[in-house]
Amino acid sequence: MGDLWEVFVRPKRGLAHVHVGSIHATDAAMALRNARDVYTRRQEGVSLWVVPSAEITASSPDEQDSFFDPAADKAYRHPTFYEVPDGLHI
Amino acid sequence: MGYPRVVSTFDDLIAANERVEPRDEMPDAYRATLVRQIAQHAHSEIIGMQPEGNWLTRAPSLRRKAILLAKVQDEAGHGLYLYAAAETLGVSRDELLDALHAGKQKYSSIFNYPTLTWADIGAIGWLVDGAAIVNQVPLCRCSYGPYARAMVRVCKEESFHQRQGFELLHTLSHGTEAQHAMAQDAVDRWWWPSLMMFGPPDDASTHTGQSMAWGIKRFSNDTLRQRFVDMTVPQAEALGLTLPDPELRWNEERSSWDFGEIDFTELFEVVKGNGPCNAQRLAHRVRAHEEGAWVREAASAYAEKRAAREVA
Repeated sequence: MGDLWEVFVRPKRGLAHVHVGSIHATDAAMALRNARDVYTRRQEGVSLWVVPSAEITASSPDEQDSFFDPAADKAYRHPTFYEVPDGLHI
Repeated sequence: MGYPRVVSTFDDLIAANERVEPRDEMPDAYRATLVRQIAQHAHSEIIGMQPEGNWLTRAPSLRRKAILLAKVQDEAGHGLYLYAAAETLGVSRDELLDALHAGKQKYSSIFNYPTLTWADIGAIGWLVDGAAIVNQVPLCRCSYGPYARAMVRVCKEESFHQRQGFELLHTLSHGTEAQHAMAQDAVDRWWWPSLMMFGPPDDASTHTGQSMAWGIKRFSNDTLRQRFVDMTVPQAEALGLTLPDPELRWNEERSSWDFGEIDFTELFEVVKGNGPCNAQRLAHRVRAHEEGAWVREAASAYAEKRAAREVA
């Protein structure tokens, strides 16, 4: 029944919302209520987001190499790329 | 995945013990195996509400009733986590429910046994949920990401289920003589069916080899069954109850408990549909689905009306 919605829970203040699963609902209000009943029966969250699954645009796993490639040859973006004298804490 | 990134094929992921995610390419047979297993698991959760729901209105105290309600509600939640995981494989929940109702997909045979007394609620929590935990904990490391993540949630909640069952039986076992006898009778009836929950013996299990190669299954049926027996024997002692197996004895050499032969012809009969409650369970599920049709229709009609009003 209804469309598929993705559910995101903020476990506690200071943490980001995290994807926990999906839910069926005919509208946003029902999606929120169903998400509460299914994913937060034990105080797992202080805030909920529900998003229609069809509204999510995702990168394709087939493009893994080309899509993320620009990062692969830029090792200098990582601190471990740099040599520092032994015994120094930088 | 480390740095720098590389594209991984299905075989790479399995070999590296990495998780497969919904949009990754995967062999059709892997997908079909997961759909079959996750659907069966989801169906078991919602059919499993029936034997316990049977005692909700007859719980002996408000405390026990609140606990049992929470547990039955959890089973519904577990079903929903699992249907959601199955849907990431490209099937719809409606299709899966139709398949259950038509008898094309199965659920765990354990739920085809009746709950005759209140002590059965304790035995189900302690033994049936105990066996389920032993089966499910390794599934938290299953190669398919959404299934593994659903199992993490399920396992966290199952431990409450098992402990409430143990406590219930402990109370009965240390109560009056009649209460103790009732607890013993429930354990006598649920022990062997619980051992059968792990499936046929390894040499007769058709799916085990492939499922283990794919990282869906981590341990064989017999390995998990032995783990359950070893875990349960000392608990039975603490309960002051006897497990109905005269051949149960400690094997020093194996550091494990030896147990008697399981009558698998019974399991196969129940799987075939000849258990005490098969027809009743399915008929009840179908009736609940049909009687709930108006709720689904009303919700859809309401949503459509609201959407039309917003457009206007």
